Amino acid sequence: MKLNTNSNIYTFVYMTVVVVIVAVLLAVVSSALKPLKDANVLLDKQKQILGALKFNLDSLDTDPATKYLSLVNDTLTFGEKEVYVANLDGEVKYILPLEGKGLWGGIGGYLVLNEDKNTIYGVNFNHEGETPGLGAKITEYKIFRKQFEGTHIRNEEGKVVSVAVLKSGKIAEGKDQVDAISGATITSEGVSKMLEEELINNYKEFLSDVPAAEENVEPIEEKEAEDVESED
Amino acid sequence: MLSQKTKDTLLGPLNANNPVVVQILGICSALAVTVQLKPALVMGIAVTIIVAMSNVIVSLIRNTIPMRVRIIVQLVVVAALVTLVSEVLKAFAYDVAMQLSVYLGLIITNCILMGRLEAFAMTNNAWDSLLDGLGNGLGYAIILVIVAFVRELFGSGQLLGLPIFPESWYAAGYENNGMMLMPAMALILVGCVIWAHRAYNERKQK
Repeated sequence: MKLNTNSNIYTFVYMTVVVVIVAVLLAVVSSALKPLKDANVLLDKQKQILGALKFNLDSLDTDPATKYLSLVNDTLTFGEKEVYVANLDGEVKYILPLEGKGLWGGIGGYLVLNEDKNTIYGVNFNHEGETPGLGAKITEYKIFRKQFEGTHIRNEEGKVVSVAVLKSGKIAEGKDQVDAISGATITSEGVSKMLEEELINNYKEFLSDVPAAEENVEPIEEKEAEDVESED
Repeated sequence: MLSQKTKDTLLGPLNANNPVVVQILGICSALAVTVQLKPALVMGIAVTIIVAMSNVIVSLIRNTIPMRVRIIVQLVVVAALVTLVSEVLKAFAYDVAMQLSVYLGLIITNCILMGRLEAFAMTNNAWDSLLDGLGNGLGYAIILVIVAFVRELFGSGQLLGLPIFPESWYAAGYENNGMMLMPAMALILVGCVIWAHRAYNERKQK
C-alpha cells in the first residue's frame, strides 16, 4: 500500500519529525562547539587588547593568551563597567572597553590610558559590519588608530571632554581631535560619539578620582608600594 | 569519462546556464560580499557546500515530502545547514565568520538555493543533485570572485589584503577609486559581466 503523502495527518507528523530532528541536531552541535566558540571570543578580545597596547600580533614572543595574562593583572569594576589594569614595563595602563553604534551595526573598542588617566596610550576598534574599505578602516592602525596616541581626554582644567573625530579642516573647541575617515562620515561620528558617551558618562566614576597631573605621581607610587606590602 | 548529461549538470551552470549572469539569481549577496576578495571566496565556498548538501538531502527525501509543505521542508533543510556551517566557522575560523557576519545567515534567503531545490533536487536522484549543486555553487562563486577581484583591485589597490600597486604610483597621482566600494558598483560590474558573457556566447553560436 502506498502511503498518502498528501493527507493532513501525514503532513503534520512529517513536519513534526523533521523539525524535532533538526532542533536536536542543532542543539547538539551548538553545545558541542560552545567551548571552542567561547575560547575564540575570549582570544579575540585578548588580541584586540594587545593591539590597543600596541603589540604587533605577528611578532609576539609568546602566544597572545599568555602575553595577555602576563600583562593584565587586575580588573576594576564600576557598576556595569569594567576597567582592566595592565602593567607594561613597570607603567600602569588602564584599558577601557568601549561600545557604540556605527553605520550598519555596533562598533566597539579598547582605549588604553596612561597612569594620569588623561593621555591616550593606544586604542583599538572593532565593528560588526561597517563597509569594508570605508567605515571598516577604523580598525586600521596607520590610517586611523595611530592618530589617537598622545591625545588627551581632558581639557586644560582637567575636565573629561573626550577626543573628537572630525573631518580635516574642522577644529574642535577645547578638546583634542583626530581626522575622520573620508567617505565614512557616520562611522567616524559613531566613534566620536562612542568615546564621548563612554568617557564622559559611563566611566565617570573611574575617571573622577584623579587629581591634577603633577600631584598624582607620588600618591600612586605610594599606593603601589602599599599594595606590594599587603601582598607580602 | 563523464557522460554528457553528467557533464551538463556539473559544468552547465559555470557558463551557459550560470545562476548569476543567466538566471540573474543571488544578486543581493553578490553586492554585499564583493568589496574584497577574501569574503567573496569564503562566501562562494560556503554557498557551494550548502547548495550541494541541501540538494542531496532534499533529493534523498524527495519522495516522502508532502507536496503542500515542500517549500517549508526545503527551507528547514537549508536553514539547518546554514546554521551548522556558521557554527563550524565560528568554532574553527572565527575571523572569517566575523567578516561575513550577517551575510552568512542570509545564505538561507539566497534564491539560488531554493531555486535549485525546487527545480532540480525535487525531481532528480542524489548523485545528479550533488553535481548540480556543486555546479551552481561554483557558477555563483566565479561571478563573485570576478566582481570582487575588480572591486578590491581598483577600490582598495589590494588583492586578498595585499597591496598591489607600488607606492610610487600613488606618489605620481594614482588614486583608488572610491566608487568601487559602493554597492552600486557591484551591480554595474555584474551588468558588465553579463554583457561580456552574452556577447561571447552569441558570437560562438554564430
